[in-house]
Parts: sequence; C-alpha cells; structure tokens
Amino acid sequence: MHGLINRSIQCFIRDNYGQSTWDTVARDAHLPALGFEAMLEYDDQVTHRMLDMVALHLDKSRPAVLEDVGTYLITHSNTRAIRRLLRFAGETFEEFLNSLDDLPDRVRLAVPDLQFPRLDTVEPGPNQVEVTLSEADPEFGFVLMGILRALADDYGALVFIDHKVDPEAGVILAINLLDAAFAEGNAFSLARTQIKEKAV
Amino acid sequence: MNVISKPVTAGAAAPYTAFCDATISRLMPLHVVVSPSGVIVGTGPTLRKLGLGPEIEGSDIRDFFDILRPRTFNDIADLTTAMQGRIKLRLRHARHLPMTGLAVPLQGRDEVLLNLSFGFSVVDAVQTFDLTCGDFAATDLTVEMLYLIEAKSAAQTEQKRLNDRLQTAKLTAEEQAMTDDLTGLANRRSLDTALADGLMRGSEFALMQIDLDYFKAVNDTMGHAAGDMVLKTVADHLRTETRASDRVARIGGDEFMIILSRLTNHEDLMRLSNRMIKRLEEPIPFEGEVCRISGSIGISVAERSAETTSERMMREVDTALYASKYGGRGQATIYREGLEDFVESEAQRAAASGNNR
Repeated sequence: MHGLINRSIQCFIRDNYGQSTWDTVARDAHLPALGFEAMLEYDDQVTHRMLDMVALHLDKSRPAVLEDVGTYLITHSNTRAIRRLLRFAGETFEEFLNSLDDLPDRVRLAVPDLQFPRLDTVEPGPNQVEVTLSEADPEFGFVLMGILRALADDYGALVFIDHKVDPEAGVILAINLLDAAFAEGNAFSLARTQIKEKAV
Repeated sequence: MNVISKPVTAGAAAPYTAFCDATISRLMPLHVVVSPSGVIVGTGPTLRKLGLGPEIEGSDIRDFFDILRPRTFNDIADLTTAMQGRIKLRLRHARHLPMTGLAVPLQGRDEVLLNLSFGFSVVDAVQTFDLTCGDFAATDLTVEMLYLIEAKSAAQTEQKRLNDRLQTAKLTAEEQAMTDDLTGLANRRSLDTALADGLMRGSEFALMQIDLDYFKAVNDTMGHAAGDMVLKTVADHLRTETRASDRVARIGGDEFMIILSRLTNHEDLMRLSNRMIKRLEEPIPFEGEVCRISGSIGISVAERSAETTSERMMREVDTALYASKYGGRGQATIYREGLEDFVESEAQRAAASGNNR
C-alpha cells in the first residue's frame, strides 16, 4: 500500500482523536514505531491490520471509519492541500462531477506511483451520476463516498450518495445532485494563499 | 495566418467594435486588438482584469505595455512579421510579470490581434490579479499547469521532510554506533577508528588503557546500580582529566582507553596517569555507602615511525597494563622494549602461587 494512504489514516486518527489514540492503535496493531512515511511503500497487510485496530478502538465499522477518512481528507486544515488539488477539477460541484472520470489521471499527475482505481461514470438522469469502481478494492468506495460528500459540502451543493455493491460491476456510487447552490460553499482561489500549506 | 473566418465585405472595413470580438474573447480572453497607429481598439475579458482601468481602450498600447522584443519596429504591423509575430512585453504597472504574445494581422483589416500569455510568471500573475478558472480558455492548459505546480510542490515538501527525518535518524544512528550508552564516552568501534586515523596521519600520540581495580567487588557486594554509578563517575573523571582533542572510550566492562594526542613525553604521561589514579581512588558515595576502587594503567607511545600499527600499540598497551597489575595495581607503566619478559616471569610466579592477575 502506498505510504500516503497509511499516513492519511494515521493523521486522521492523530488529528481527530489525539496522539495517544494513535499511539495505542500503533502499539496494538504492531505498526512502525515512528508512524508511516508518505513517500514509502508498505505491505498491504499492515494497512488492514491498522484498519481493524482503528475500527476496534473507535467502536465503528470499517466502512464507517473509511468514510470518515474520506471526509477528513477534505475538511481538515492539515490536509488542505488535497482539498485544493481536488477543487482544481471544477468551478462548481456539477463541473467537478462531470470531470470525475479524469480524477485518476489527475491523481497520477500529482503522485505518479499512487494506484488510483479507474472510475467509470454514467448519467442515468438529470443531476444524477453513477460511478462504477470495477477494479477497485471494494472498501475504497467508502473513502470516495466520504470525499465526495465532504467536497459537495465544500462547494455548497446538496447531494445524496448511495453506496451499492453489484456482484458483477463492483462498487457503484449513485450520486444525486439535489441542489447545486444549496449553501454558500467555501471559497477557492487559483492562487495559493500565503499560509504555508501543511503536508499530510 | 487567418484567425477570423468572417467574410470580408466589399468596401471600407467596418469599425473593429462592430466586428465579432465575442468569438475572439472566448478563444483568447487575454488579447488586445491594436490599430495600425498603436491605439487599443479591443480587449479580452481577462486582459481587462489586469488592473488597467477603463481608459485602456482608445489609448496607445505603449502607454500600458513595454514592448521588449522585437527591440525595434516602425509600426504595429511590423510586430506581425519581425519575429514571426512572437513578442515579449510586460505591463508597465506590473513590470515583474513578463508576458509573451503572438501578433497576427486580422484578415481583411488593418488592425493587429495580439494574443497574450503570462508564461513563467503565471503563478505570480494569478495571485496578483486574482484570476480564476473562468479567466482562461477551456483549452488553455494554464489551470492544469497550476494544478501540477501545486501538486509537485506539495510532493516536494513531503519529500524534503522525509529526507530531513532520514538525515536526523542517520546521524543519531551513527552517533549511537560510536557511543557507549551508559557513560556517553566513545565505544570500542569509535576508538579503533580514531586509532587507525591517528596512525595513518602519522601524528604523535599516546594510547592509554585503564582497567579499574576492585570494581568486581563493588558490583558483587553493592549491586549493579552501584557498579553503573562507579562507571559513570570514572567517565566523568577521565573526561575532566583529558583535553577536548583526546578520545576517551569505554571498551569493555571496566576497561577504558584514551588516545592522548601530541602527548608523548614520558614524564608528562606519568604525571597525568598518577593524577587519574588519584581521582579514581576518591571514594564514590552511593546510597549512604561509599565505593572504593582504583585503576591500573598501561601506556604505549606512538613515535613518528612507519612500522607502528594498531595491533602493535594494542599489544604494547596490554603488556604495560599487566606490568602495572603485577606491580601491585594502582599504578601506571609505559611500555618499553623487553617489558614482555618481566610480565612473563611475573605471570609464571603468580600461577605458581595460585594467584591470578
């Protein structure tokens, strides 16, 4: 697993639940004592062990934890670089949804060795987008759901997202854009603000 | 090059404003249209965001822009031919933002179309004029480039942090590999390196080994904590009695070794040794009791001689140290030729009397 993913989960725990919670998880799941490095590669088993332990400690299901991780990546100030990079994809949430199939390419441009699964989108009706993650680890769907919900919020859009598992196609996220201008979203400017972006 | 496909009507051309500049504006939001005399007659929407004010249309282009290349031109039409239409210019009120442009004649008209771009100054320009995605044509890769710059700088920041952490870890590991944990003195590995170093440079120095006397008794009767305390105190004494240029190492349980740089005079060495032994014999308080030890010292001096090797100095130090021990402990001996014979005979005598060391 790419270190960026492990590191994201580590920072999610640290920033939302405190360093001591992370220390406990790290100890109980036999994770590297100094935590994960975003630029290194780790064995997949390490990630799964960590997620099991996180779910146990937070008393949540793994899907719930993963969706929270997705939300964290968009909303927390320590990860604002990620939010910014995603906001480049469109001026409105609608535009963002329309360019969703470009997301893997966009991610690859930023982090060439990060395996981001292919996204196939269809529009079954007006203001509806269905994303199929045919090649992805089914659990990735929950992370993406957290990301999309938080991003919709960031844009000020009101959406309904349904997570389905099709035995043949894999994970499908059905996105229903109820109101593109439901609330005033957070501002996004092409120019980076002078505040130094904190890396995750 | 024809950029406008509007059919040219016979007779005098219509004024530019009546021309289809909406199309140009969508394709090239950062453009200016200039009359043959240099008067700006049309501007794109992004250009109008560059803080030029409403008076730009109708003004001379040279009032707002410095045209840097081509260096010389007679009239505006020359811009389209001088460097195949390529121009370099900058805004007069934002000289830190160089721009590039392409000048083309408008088909069937006298005016010249200048399409502009920020080139390398794009990041600054976006910041300075607060430009948004909508200020660039959909086919313009500027927004993608800004995305890429931001993504790469985030990755680079993270890479740099990783390098810093690895560097710190490396230095710590190197230091730990060269240090004795208990006393903070150099360890055997570090001493061996320094010794080889000194010999290689051909410098003059003395190698001294100090074995603690009666240390085993302290350990056995008062416990390991007392023993550790004694070792730390000894380390402090040895540090105090040596100079910063000397290398003090703990090479075994109760064995210490020192490289004394530029100290080869026998009298000085004996004086230093005796002072050290006196220090070692100072009672060391521990939990209401006192620990008493002493030390035996062996010394080998590296003279300027090619055949001196680490092995030979170690052997000489060892012989001198045994001489001190057989001589009754709490004393120092400097190696000299033939000392082996004395140690040998003392060893045999000790063995015969059932005494070891």
